[in-house]
Amino acid sequence: MLVTARARMMRGTRRLGVALPIENLAKYTQFGWAVASIGLFAGLWELAWALGYANPLLLPPPHIFLSNMSRTLSYFDNSDAIGGTAASSGLVGLLMTCVFTTLRVVTGLALGFVLGVAAGALIHYVTLARNLLTPLILLLAPISPVAWLPVSIFLFGIGNVPAIFLVFITLFFAITLSTVAQLETVPRSYLNVARIMGASERQTFLRVVLPSILPSLFVTLRLNLFAAWMVVLIAEAVGVGSGLGQITSVARSTFNAQLTFFTMGIIGLLGFFFDWSLRQIQARLLWWVAPNGGRR
Amino acid sequence: MSAETVTLQHVGKTWCPVGRPSVEALRDFSIDIEPGEFIVLLGPSGCGKSTLLYMLAGLEDISTGTIREGGREITGPSPDRGLIFQEAALFPWLTIAQNVSFGLSIQGLGSKECEQRARELLRSVGLGGLMDKKPDELSGGMRQRAACARALAMRPKLLMMDEPFAALDVQTRAKMQDFLLQLWQDSGASIVLVTHSIDEAIALADRVVVFTARPGTVKTIVPIDIPRPRASRDPRVHELRDQFTELLADEVDRAFAEQEAL
Repeated sequence: MLVTARARMMRGTRRLGVALPIENLAKYTQFGWAVASIGLFAGLWELAWALGYANPLLLPPPHIFLSNMSRTLSYFDNSDAIGGTAASSGLVGLLMTCVFTTLRVVTGLALGFVLGVAAGALIHYVTLARNLLTPLILLLAPISPVAWLPVSIFLFGIGNVPAIFLVFITLFFAITLSTVAQLETVPRSYLNVARIMGASERQTFLRVVLPSILPSLFVTLRLNLFAAWMVVLIAEAVGVGSGLGQITSVARSTFNAQLTFFTMGIIGLLGFFFDWSLRQIQARLLWWVAPNGGRR
Repeated sequence: MSAETVTLQHVGKTWCPVGRPSVEALRDFSIDIEPGEFIVLLGPSGCGKSTLLYMLAGLEDISTGTIREGGREITGPSPDRGLIFQEAALFPWLTIAQNVSFGLSIQGLGSKECEQRARELLRSVGLGGLMDKKPDELSGGMRQRAACARALAMRPKLLMMDEPFAALDVQTRAKMQDFLLQLWQDSGASIVLVTHSIDEAIALADRVVVFTARPGTVKTIVPIDIPRPRASRDPRVHELRDQFTELLADEVDRAFAEQEAL
């Protein structure tokens, strides 16, 4: 399926050969607007500083918090050890910090997605599970992930696991409830086609039910991505002792505004990149669905 | 009676929804479907003709009576008995070719053979160039052709169709009826088609089964031995149309009277 999708895409680009410059132009225009948008914000900030409205110690404008990089980077540690002393590992340290935080988010999201679909399927197909689990899940789902923070530290101590657990909790209930709701809406005729063709229950689930609910599940995943991204920083600041969240916490306690704004910039960029990657995965994996969720 | 005859004997269906009075949809329905025969089930909406089709497909339980295929009782669905729905029910996540070969791949045929078979089948229904298209890119008539190809891929002995052309415009409908007759002659399968269109019934059927209003049962069975294609100007066609209109009008009146009495 993926192979044909890719072949189709390549054929598509070839066919669009003539229209390519126009498409490029649109891309440049979009990029131009992005630069203008961020530039305007930075410019106003710099202006406020130049006019003396923004205290450089509290709200250092970009040219200040981006200066003296080596000092800022010295806070980033490539060992991912708790309370690591950051032996001036510089750019590598920054990258490693980002990688560790990202890995926690990805692991938590993957676990939450897979186990959420499994729990949803269990509730849909097994009456006992439906009766036993539905009230519990409806009770637990509205609890903010942040409220789980102490629980996750009680359970897993300080380290990687509580952060992953929090990301997992953020996604798990949403995916479970979404799966249950979506399974109700799988068209009867799809299931009938599978039955007539002699599909086993496993074949029916993997080849008919799952693809038909996957687009909606992906929307749920993307909606909860930002929440997961916020929660991992809180977990890192409190329960992990490393990663970008920990840097923010250090910046706060040492009153380091440069480091604060620099880290915020990194967090923003990573979050943006994350959403972008998910959209790319969506476009490849769910090639029959338009980007906005509707049918193309 | 041949070995492959599908025999329905005193078939009935009663719906028993939880907490509501039960509804008798179908009562004492009997007919023999000979191999290669084209049967049209004609009746007012809600008379249980679709229910009968789903029971024939093995997708719905039978409340009373039996359905036998060549002497063996039908207990569940089978690729031998293909079903085509009003909406084509193609999977949007598969290409047209993959949709057509879905059943074959479920049966364990390799992807190369699947593609090969899909190509032949799509060519035979006049969609040869649309292998890699998505279902959403096709018109309603094309989608219905692809659905036919998907059912034919399993070489069914019996092809059931639940108002397959009801969602199409009049011109496409006429074209699709010609297409269906061609396909029927080529495949040799028996066809049971459900419709509420009198013209469709006259254009297609060897025998038309007219349903009574709920609970549905055989009101009368009308054989049509006019050679196809049947011109609508043909006086025999006119006569049949008047006959069916009268038969159905009785039933619609009865259905209305019953609803008012409730």
